[in-house]
Amino acid sequence: MKRSRFPAVVTFLCLSFLYLPILILVINAFNGSRFGSVWGGFSLRWYQALFRERSIWFALRNTLLIGITSTLLSMVLGTLAAWALNRYRSRLQNAHYALVYTPLVVPDILIGISLLLFFVALRVPLGLTTIFIAHTTFCMSYVAMVVLARLQDFDFSVIEAAQDLGAGWRTIILRILLPLLAPGILAGGMLAFTLSIDDFVITFFVAGPGSSTLPVQIYSMIKHGSPPIINALSTILLCLTFLIVAVSRRLTGKQITA
Amino acid sequence: MQYRRHGRREEIGVTLPSALWLTVFFMIPTLIVLSVIFRPADPFGGVGSGWTLDTLRSLNNPNYPAIIWRTLWISVTATATCLLVAIPMGYFMARCSERAKGLLLLLVVIPFWTNFLIRIFAWKVMLHPEGIVKTALLKLHLVQPDTLLMYNEFAVLLVIVYTYLPFAILPIYAATEKFDFSLFEAALDLGCSRIGAFLRVLLPGISRGLMTAALVVFIPALGSYVIPDIMGGPTSEMIGNKIAQRVFIDRNLPHAAALSGLLSLVVMAPMIVVMFSKKSEQSPVKGDRPQRATAEGGR
Repeated sequence: MKRSRFPAVVTFLCLSFLYLPILILVINAFNGSRFGSVWGGFSLRWYQALFRERSIWFALRNTLLIGITSTLLSMVLGTLAAWALNRYRSRLQNAHYALVYTPLVVPDILIGISLLLFFVALRVPLGLTTIFIAHTTFCMSYVAMVVLARLQDFDFSVIEAAQDLGAGWRTIILRILLPLLAPGILAGGMLAFTLSIDDFVITFFVAGPGSSTLPVQIYSMIKHGSPPIINALSTILLCLTFLIVAVSRRLTGKQITA
Repeated sequence: MQYRRHGRREEIGVTLPSALWLTVFFMIPTLIVLSVIFRPADPFGGVGSGWTLDTLRSLNNPNYPAIIWRTLWISVTATATCLLVAIPMGYFMARCSERAKGLLLLLVVIPFWTNFLIRIFAWKVMLHPEGIVKTALLKLHLVQPDTLLMYNEFAVLLVIVYTYLPFAILPIYAATEKFDFSLFEAALDLGCSRIGAFLRVLLPGISRGLMTAALVVFIPALGSYVIPDIMGGPTSEMIGNKIAQRVFIDRNLPHAAALSGLLSLVVMAPMIVVMFSKKSEQSPVKGDRPQRATAEGGR
């Protein structure tokens, strides 16, 4: 059957569209000139300026702190949720499923404003704690969905076998369930971590003074000048992204991309 | 099976942590938004006591219909554009060799792993008055020196498409890959034209993927705030911008809550439509969970 060239052309154009802006950004990160349209020679001056910018290091510390803590908690909560959703069929689980699924489809800005109003109503001061709570809330739903997908092809007869052989629940959880579910939980955690360090909208709503994360810092830099430094910062973050993608593909096969 | 015996107590035990967390930090805050709409603002930027309908009345602002209309048409156009690009691309990817599939999939996913703000910023660099696109177009005498490529609705639309295109490609690719192409060839053998076979065999065959793709572009597009904030100007504001302005500039939380309620109504409409059509399509709801989870596992 003769195939049309049209889909191939669209694919090529679409990939160029996706990568051209990123490519130009990376080239400009090494451009000595302040303006993107003029080539001012190869230069690392924006990287030097970047490393002198103390606020970025502070924001990076906050980002990692929140990313790691909220990922760990959302891995626990999300895995438990997935287990309950997979194991039991009841009205309670239908409601539970709706509760876990809805945060995935609600626009970020609505989650952000509702948490802000919640914290204001309870007079909770905004800061790292409120960001941590917000991130855990949306991350756990993603972890739950990834682990739930993994549980679909979980062979429950291994649990029965272990019980027949006299294993208690403690042994079953530690020596059977966790090792078997580890790839799914790790994949979920990896997704949670990237979403957490990437989130701007929700963080912006619940952040207080002195609790800027990296995306919040990048946003204020975009809004108030200093673009060439952002080029340099973006290039570093892009390299990290490629690294994380490569590592997670090693760890979990192709699961994460699908 | 022994573990079924005290099933109920165990079920509650494993359900409670996540259900409690989401009730406190997701459901109750959502209800608070609804209640704050009917509260007055206090002069310190908080929420006062007592009840009022003033906020709802102030929604009757002549600017709002225009903003809601703009939010809708930008979101609809962005969704349609994404689908138009993603369908041929998903088709091409699905018919590639396994190796090429893996590579293309990776190329589509990497932008999704790249920081959202950086992707927007990359476009700001390109479309900036001193940026490379403007300079190139000037040299080709295609634009006037005072033409602005950004701070308008077109720039907002372009960047929304750019941001959410990968999300549209993934579910369409997944659906097309599962599609049985012998049906397509059978239609051709039976005398159907290529376009006819495409419209009447392939598209219905991947309708679930199309629906997921439309939803994962349309809903975030409706809630856009950062993209119009950075790429747009005063004439291209969307509902999200207004909500953020009420929070960060005027500090009028009841007003922000009222606008959020409005946005929720707009968002809920397509979700309810899809939910009903999914229900009528197949009754065992449990069976299709993992598919949805992976297809929509990105924002």
